[in-house]
Amino acid sequence: MKNFSNTYIYTFSSVMVIVVALLLALAALQLKPFQDKNIEIEKKQNILASINIVATTENAESLYEKYITESFVVNVNGELIEKDAFSVDVRAELSKSNKLDRLLPVYVSTLEGGKKAYVVPLRGKGLWGPIWGYISFEKDLNTIYGANFDHQGETPGLGAEIKEAWFQKPFIGKQIFKDSTQFVSVKVNKGGVDPKNLHAVDAISGGTITSKGLEAMIDSSLIQYKTYFLMNRK
Amino acid sequence: MSSKNLKLFTTPFNLQNPVTVQVLGICSALAVTVKLKPAIVMGLSVTIVTAFSNLIISYMRDYIPPRIRIIVQLVVVAALVILVDQILRAFVYDVSKQLSVYVGLIITNCIIMGRLEAYAMGNKPWPSFVDGLGNGAGYAMILIIIGFTRELLGSGSLLGHHVVPNAFFQAGYMNNGMMIMPPMALIVVGLIIWIQRSKNPELIESK
Repeated sequence: MKNFSNTYIYTFSSVMVIVVALLLALAALQLKPFQDKNIEIEKKQNILASINIVATTENAESLYEKYITESFVVNVNGELIEKDAFSVDVRAELSKSNKLDRLLPVYVSTLEGGKKAYVVPLRGKGLWGPIWGYISFEKDLNTIYGANFDHQGETPGLGAEIKEAWFQKPFIGKQIFKDSTQFVSVKVNKGGVDPKNLHAVDAISGGTITSKGLEAMIDSSLIQYKTYFLMNRK
Repeated sequence: MSSKNLKLFTTPFNLQNPVTVQVLGICSALAVTVKLKPAIVMGLSVTIVTAFSNLIISYMRDYIPPRIRIIVQLVVVAALVILVDQILRAFVYDVSKQLSVYVGLIITNCIIMGRLEAYAMGNKPWPSFVDGLGNGAGYAMILIIIGFTRELLGSGSLLGHHVVPNAFFQAGYMNNGMMIMPPMALIVVGLIIWIQRSKNPELIESK
């Protein structure tokens, strides 16, 4: 085996690292627009899924244009704020320590027959990483019209089931206010829930921590909208 | 392809299988095999990375100072893995989401470093490339067998489609929840090793 001088080793490693860095930076820059587009389409798909409309990657944009007729941002006091709702980073907003500074997006959809549904984003922690979703309400801003959840790395077959329809369906028709003013959110309970219970759904067996994280996510995300909901319900 | 190269490609499927004989890459075999589809994509990604890192390292082998060879190999593997990850994110976004962190973890897959050290550092580019392809495919094969077994018995489906007839469930059949847990993957690997060894006596160590 050849013997290499120290100078050669330093030069070799420096050149190699610079070449690799350039290559990767170039690839990242070139692919960024495609990746951003994918993320945007996915967000639109998720919003549409929360109003029970299944969109593919191809038709998500046109369906979004068709159904989401209005979107705006409010604060915890329910006051309107001049901002584009779609570009709000929910994760960054929820971590702001001053609650008044948080921008809270609301998407209004007009469904077939002129029926309105109000979509708000959710964000929280699962077992292994972040979980998020969108939840939509009827015009009383109390009854859930649809819900969609997603996650980064929950256990497949267990916590990851929050993505599946069988878990999301039971949320439909649940209510977040008790006696119309007391905020109770929707609980995710272990071991069977009476379907008549308006404020709880069944948890996932074997996915307790994700289920509880989801419950906390719904509670902490929706409580921000409490004032807005109480002021604007019809 | 000459018979020598063909042999390079085929031995990793049986007598030199990276997972069942060399017992490398076990952790990803446990992690991504709950469902069949991620197992297939993971197998493909590892095959591509093994083949191309073998090729590149083999081209560079005379210029790599031995004292820093491990670092050089790591940089090449890491660069390839990041490229694969970025491309998956740009063009097959849903698959890349399913694999999540495991694509990044290909970097730590022992098979890749193992092949670079054992083969690409001392052989010509084309045989190295074939060797990488063979080892990646040998790994993919095991992942697919495990993924198939676990998804079929654990979720009653294959590639997301339900295959176990409803009549079975009505007759009292249940999906095996244990199959979803990583330990069952280890047991399936053990069963594969058992079958393979009982068919190939040359794999059994003399006492």
